Amino acid sequence: MTKMETLQLKLTATRVRMGVIEATHGAGCGHPGGSLSCADVLTYLYFREMRIDPEMPQAENRDRFVLSKGHCAPALYATLAERGFFPVSDLPTLRHSNSYLQGHPNMNTVPGVDMSTGSLGQGVSTACGMALAAKQLGSDINVYTLLGDGEIDEGECWEAFMFANHYKLDNLCIMIDVNGLQIDGPTNKVMTTEPLDRKMDAFGFNTIVCNGNSFVELEQAFKMFDLSHGSGKPTCFLLRTTKGLGVSYMQDAVDWHGKAPNDEEYEQAMQELREAHESLEKEIELNNG
Amino acid sequence: MAEMKMIATRVSYGETLVELARQGADDLVVLDADLAAATKTEIFRNEYPNRHFDCGIAEQNMMCVAAGMSTMGYVPFVSSFAMFAAGRAFEQVRNTIAYPHLNVKIAATHAGLSVGEDGASHQCCEDIALMRSIPGMVVLSPADAVEARAAVIAAYNYNGPVYLRLSRLASPVFHDPETYRFQIGKGEKLTDGYDVAVVATGLMVSEALRAAVIAKRQGINVRVINLPTIKPLDEEIILTAARECRRIITVEEHNIIGGLGEAVCSLLSEKLPCPVRRIGVQDQFGHSGPAAEVLRDYGLSAEAIANAIREVVRPEQPEQN
Repeated sequence: MTKMETLQLKLTATRVRMGVIEATHGAGCGHPGGSLSCADVLTYLYFREMRIDPEMPQAENRDRFVLSKGHCAPALYATLAERGFFPVSDLPTLRHSNSYLQGHPNMNTVPGVDMSTGSLGQGVSTACGMALAAKQLGSDINVYTLLGDGEIDEGECWEAFMFANHYKLDNLCIMIDVNGLQIDGPTNKVMTTEPLDRKMDAFGFNTIVCNGNSFVELEQAFKMFDLSHGSGKPTCFLLRTTKGLGVSYMQDAVDWHGKAPNDEEYEQAMQELREAHESLEKEIELNNG
Repeated sequence: MAEMKMIATRVSYGETLVELARQGADDLVVLDADLAAATKTEIFRNEYPNRHFDCGIAEQNMMCVAAGMSTMGYVPFVSSFAMFAAGRAFEQVRNTIAYPHLNVKIAATHAGLSVGEDGASHQCCEDIALMRSIPGMVVLSPADAVEARAAVIAAYNYNGPVYLRLSRLASPVFHDPETYRFQIGKGEKLTDGYDVAVVATGLMVSEALRAAVIAKRQGINVRVINLPTIKPLDEEIILTAARECRRIITVEEHNIIGGLGEAVCSLLSEKLPCPVRRIGVQDQFGHSGPAAEVLRDYGLSAEAIANAIREVVRPEQPEQN
């Protein structure tokens, strides 16, 4: 990936973050913290990795993505809108009673959403079903799913992990957004899940630990996923991320898991993101020059 | 009924899966949770091992795997015991299969008290209540092996989530396979009578038929109605019965809370109030024992139904034994 490509992805991810703020502010509630921690990986997936076409959201041979941590719908919606599946201007209607943008992803109302999710632990199982079906059909699609690190407290996740290994789903990429925080506090205080790398190794995964907020590292991780096809091993990314990244007062702050910015906080967040956007644009201009 | 063939609906289920596949249902796949020998999906596995997926003892994951497969064009039949399919994995069925209205068929065997010896932990008498409370879920409860075959085929041809309630116990096959026609949402009048209507489902239909024979000897003409679809309810057949028979008895191998009886009562209380006696499990847990004995212990026998018929039709006459 060239420096310019990295800068372009950063620029896009900044706009996705703006979409997260627009959506949660418009809703007056929602989950900005975990949406911001996964904005980069979603940007990478939809702008660089996945075989998708916003003009044909139901194309049979498209790659599939399941947001198992469905409460981070603002990030998925912002990414899909930025990618052209529906207008960015619809984002502030999130959670409104006349909006198609339901509080948690709805595959029947939102173009580009491949599975309805929201109840934790279930999306990853559906991704296993998609990956198994793809193998059964002889289809070369990839299936990606993103979980929260709090989500894996759910026992069903571990049922799904065993299933992915047993059925040799090497077309499946399970990504865990390890931002270290869940509703009641730091994940290591609420329920210990570490050592995650050793656990995923033991469950038979091709385990890759990387900085989930670095496009350079994400590129390496996805390359390793591509290389693992044919290995019979499912892939797991442990994405070390920062919850609330991009908005100073939300960063690593547990209370920004599930509340929306008020008008003043909204202004400040947007100001910070606009400044980041402008400086990225300048950097791109310099590189062009 | 002694001369009738005895076949469990679960056996018919396993055989019909094979029949469908042989007839070209290439999109049909089967998932099981380490119970293939008991749910009879092993009959399918023996012929189509590459389309049968054992998920291990992990029903929650299995339901969602089926949901994912259905989005890729497959028609998954998912099997476990009713206790685990409807009970343990309820929320997966509700949120990941029914909410997106996915084309998944949940075929749950070992429903009700007739599980027998395994006892209360495995005798699910709450599954109809759980499943019929989910928006858009079709709930089927066939009465014999012929009807089970027809219900499996109908479920396959229907586009959307279906819960299919099946039994462990071999039971009389009273439908004629040559002439029987099944339609989702339609009940069936098995005997004509105007003194009382007995509305039954599942294994209780053949008990109701026997009860009608006993009642007939006492001069009571019973209309026996088989309701193989609990949801959507055949309103017409019940309203007609209420109009013409004026008294209704419901019989189900399920808690009287939330089951067939309540579905019938809800309809009648709004559209045509009429006295209803609900025969079923009286808000209790079951116990171990041979199935026939356990059913008798909980008042789910032809004799108990016949007593209720007499009480309802001739309340002035004390019980004769």
